[in-house]
Amino acid sequence: MIAIIDYGMGNLRSVQKGFERMGHEAVVTRDPKTILDASKVVLPGVGAFPDCMRNLEQFGLIDAVHKSIRSGKPFLGICLGLQLLFTESEEFGISKGLDIIKGRVIRFKGPAFGTPREACPRTSQSGALETLKVPHMGWNSLSIKRRPPALGETPENSYVYFVHSFHAVPEDRSVIATTTPYGFEFVSSIWKDNVFAVQFHPEKSQALGLSILKRFGEQKG
Amino acid sequence: MLTKRIIPCLDVKGGRVVKGVSFVNLIDAGDPVEIAKVYDEQGADELTFLDITASHEERGIILDVVRRTAEQVFMPLTVGGGIKNLDDIRNLLLAGADKVSINTTAVHDPEFIKAASMRFGSQCIVVAIDAKRVVAHDKDFKPPLTWADDPKYRALFLSNSTLHTPHSALKWEVYTHGGRKPMGIDAVAWARKMEEYGAGEILLTSMNQDGQKTGYDLELTRAVAEAVTIPVIASGGVGNLEHIYEGFTKGKADAALAASIFHFREYTIRQAKEYLKERGVAVRL
Repeated sequence: MIAIIDYGMGNLRSVQKGFERMGHEAVVTRDPKTILDASKVVLPGVGAFPDCMRNLEQFGLIDAVHKSIRSGKPFLGICLGLQLLFTESEEFGISKGLDIIKGRVIRFKGPAFGTPREACPRTSQSGALETLKVPHMGWNSLSIKRRPPALGETPENSYVYFVHSFHAVPEDRSVIATTTPYGFEFVSSIWKDNVFAVQFHPEKSQALGLSILKRFGEQKG
Repeated sequence: MLTKRIIPCLDVKGGRVVKGVSFVNLIDAGDPVEIAKVYDEQGADELTFLDITASHEERGIILDVVRRTAEQVFMPLTVGGGIKNLDDIRNLLLAGADKVSINTTAVHDPEFIKAASMRFGSQCIVVAIDAKRVVAHDKDFKPPLTWADDPKYRALFLSNSTLHTPHSALKWEVYTHGGRKPMGIDAVAWARKMEEYGAGEILLTSMNQDGQKTGYDLELTRAVAEAVTIPVIASGGVGNLEHIYEGFTKGKADAALAASIFHFREYTIRQAKEYLKERGVAVRL
């Protein structure tokens, strides 16, 4: 059974429905015991990093996440569920994360990206201005560096659905599983031992995304 | 690379899909769940439902449509129409929507967008703007907005209102209530303000072009797309595939919304994407 950790953020039903569609039983839960008893654990997440950390703490789930990962059972982080695994995030100042993967979560920035309007007024006459929009929203491609079991035979350059303004920068580059081009190659998934975490939304990525959930569900605990 | 999105839009009334010409003459086009499944198979990048009944008594109908759609379709789903408070948003998200699109309530109470994006995250707050080209300026027109009299907003209002700049280059005015009520606000300034307030995306509809099948208002689309740093969805007026192509290239839109050309099977989404790809637009096939 797959436990989807519910800490009061985002639409978790779609993750659950995705697993169910692929024939895997999944429960949405905030009960630490159910999480620890599950054969696989999913940490989803939509929203702001500090709010999510605070909720995890309030619901007493931080320990359950650490224990699940230490136990060696398959663990999947989705979107903010990837970011939370890192040491810290610069969303709203600096917020501490779970520190399971060393590194930092930062905003898309640099000359290629749009800056907030106040800092950089633009007019519609300056047609030459081409900037990348933030949030990074829509379908983008995966460049596969390593193949965790859940990725399986997913073809190079497969398209998956993203919606986020921040991205993770691991200290140890060897944890990177896939990268995705957006101004530069950002880290779109990481894989370390039993932990696979993705910045995109497999539950919103149609057949390809569902195939990732299917293979994750088939992994041996 | 990030691809341009094709978003079929289903105007839903009383649980059925309809498509009007300039918001009148509604024609029945089918069951929303069945149509959503067809679009899923064709490779639509997202799906948008606009609940055009949007009377508060009937909210249960759209929630049911959203719930049944989300059971079958695994792609991003946006729902708009009649959203008045944070509970409306929460109910839609819980039913399976990924984003909500807000128009009238944002214009009447801009702070609502701040509250909504703080609570649910910018990624799920789309501000829908219905804009119309200004043909004549009415000097005596009083904007029906209470906040517009607030000194905090006056600068924006005075500098950008179509009312006070009869000879300026400002061209598009924001409308609410399905395009019936003029608000006296400049559409480009409004888009910027909504970005500042936490909107994650702008759904921009040209009231002049909507239902006309003569293409997007490219000038409007480009003006807004270049004024904000969040994605802009072009809407209103697609009659053929070239119109979508122009929306991306000339209009600088990040996504293209269309309804009737897909509903009435004039083109499939796949045909649209193949057409775009041949012409060098990045799409997901």
